[in-house]
Amino acid sequence: MEVTFYLGGLFLGFLNFLGQLAVLAGETLSSIGRGRIRMRLTLQQIAEIGFRSQLVVIVTGAFTGAVFTAQAYFQFASLNMQTAVGPVVALSMFRELGPVLTGLMVAGRVGAAMSAEIGTMKVTQQIDALRALAVNPVDYLVVPRAVAMFISMPLLVVECVGCGVLASYYVGVEVLRINGVYFLANIQKFAEGSDIVMSLVKGFVFAGIIVFISCREGLYAKDGAVGVGRATTASVVNCSLSILIANFFLTMALNIVFPAGQR
Amino acid sequence: MNEPLIKVRDLVQRIGEQEILRGINLEVMPGETLVLLGKSGGGKSVFLRHLIGLMRPVSGSIIFEGLEITNLKERELEPVRRKVGMLFQDGALFDSLNVFDNVAFPLRERGEKNPKTVREKVAGSLAMVNMTGHERKMPVNLSGGMRKRVALARAIISPPDVLLYDEPTAGLDPIVSDSINRLIRRLQRQLNMTSVVVTHDLVSCNHVADRVALLDAGRIHFLGTPAELRDAQDAIVRDFVDGRSGETVY
Repeated sequence: MEVTFYLGGLFLGFLNFLGQLAVLAGETLSSIGRGRIRMRLTLQQIAEIGFRSQLVVIVTGAFTGAVFTAQAYFQFASLNMQTAVGPVVALSMFRELGPVLTGLMVAGRVGAAMSAEIGTMKVTQQIDALRALAVNPVDYLVVPRAVAMFISMPLLVVECVGCGVLASYYVGVEVLRINGVYFLANIQKFAEGSDIVMSLVKGFVFAGIIVFISCREGLYAKDGAVGVGRATTASVVNCSLSILIANFFLTMALNIVFPAGQR
Repeated sequence: MNEPLIKVRDLVQRIGEQEILRGINLEVMPGETLVLLGKSGGGKSVFLRHLIGLMRPVSGSIIFEGLEITNLKERELEPVRRKVGMLFQDGALFDSLNVFDNVAFPLRERGEKNPKTVREKVAGSLAMVNMTGHERKMPVNLSGGMRKRVALARAIISPPDVLLYDEPTAGLDPIVSDSINRLIRRLQRQLNMTSVVVTHDLVSCNHVADRVALLDAGRIHFLGTPAELRDAQDAIVRDFVDGRSGETVY
């Protein structure tokens, strides 16, 4: 009986969480639609989210591409299929690794910071002060972050994938001595525009996941410094899990629109 | 006789299982300074937050200038909030903005784009609270009293009709408290503001109040002038005024 109550409580808590996310996303998108966008704050957030995340995204993309290339080469070399390494790495980077790794890194770097900043504002009554000054907290805090995230994430995904493919080329051709012409020709043969579109779509969806979960955790923070710490942890965990779960469903759905291996 | 600016009727609020406000009835007249006294944790700040729509009551009504505000949505409350300023207990300054930008914040949010006008109004507002020369400081580098003064400058830069003060002298030494009390009086004189001051500081109450209400057990137990409060014979009022806890020391 107690287990039933416990599981029921968890389920209700989850529904409540989803409801709060939906309301926050609805309010934010409605404000964006009505043009309640503060340009100065949005540009600041683009610098924070997009510009300052580049190093972590570049390093992640490059070393993932490099290590994936090395592992694929070690396996494919025994089958004399070294030139297949390029397209395998490129397609994996475009369709899965690029968007997911960028999402996870941005969730850790930016999502945590968003929750901590907004959470601190919540527990120190700064959000109440905004409301008392007739400023809507969603318009002031969430909209600039959402717009910046929707602009920055697809670009960061492209950067991550690009660095991954470049690193793959360097390791494959310069270090492991795969024939460069075949390496590139096979990438061109198997990678399509739809792979890039898939990458961008995933980046856009992950942007929404990160910004709404992180802002929600901040806006509902309570119990002082401990609560802010809890909100920050919850933000990173929930964003990461949601990205991984959403990625599976996105892959299945996008594969219907852009079927893989049809050429 | 003037109509009350704010009418509160049978206001009830619960937090968890605890009933904080148990049917408050109170009227605030235009231009007066009403002080709400009560024990710490007795629901004074909770009551104040209802007056600006930061909390929604379980039941009861708040009528501001003839408009029932308890059922208004967040965006519908914005015109009311432009007429009501609030000084939070610790100032609630935006810690990412310096003093100048904190004070300029309401102006800029209300569409003032001319930097000269913003500079002049911020300077005027800071001068009124004796904080000239601290414009570039960040809130973290200010003392408690300075934070309250800056928060007050922010609250009055677009002069509201009503100003709500949440414990304006709490945690301050007697000298800084006195300067804050004088400031409240000066603002009332110069800007003809209606004020609601929540405090448990009787010195502050005697200094600024036109009328005093005592909140006890979630209800208004006493309402009168500061002189009537001092002379009251009611046991609860006397305990509060004389500072008696009623506990026995063994």
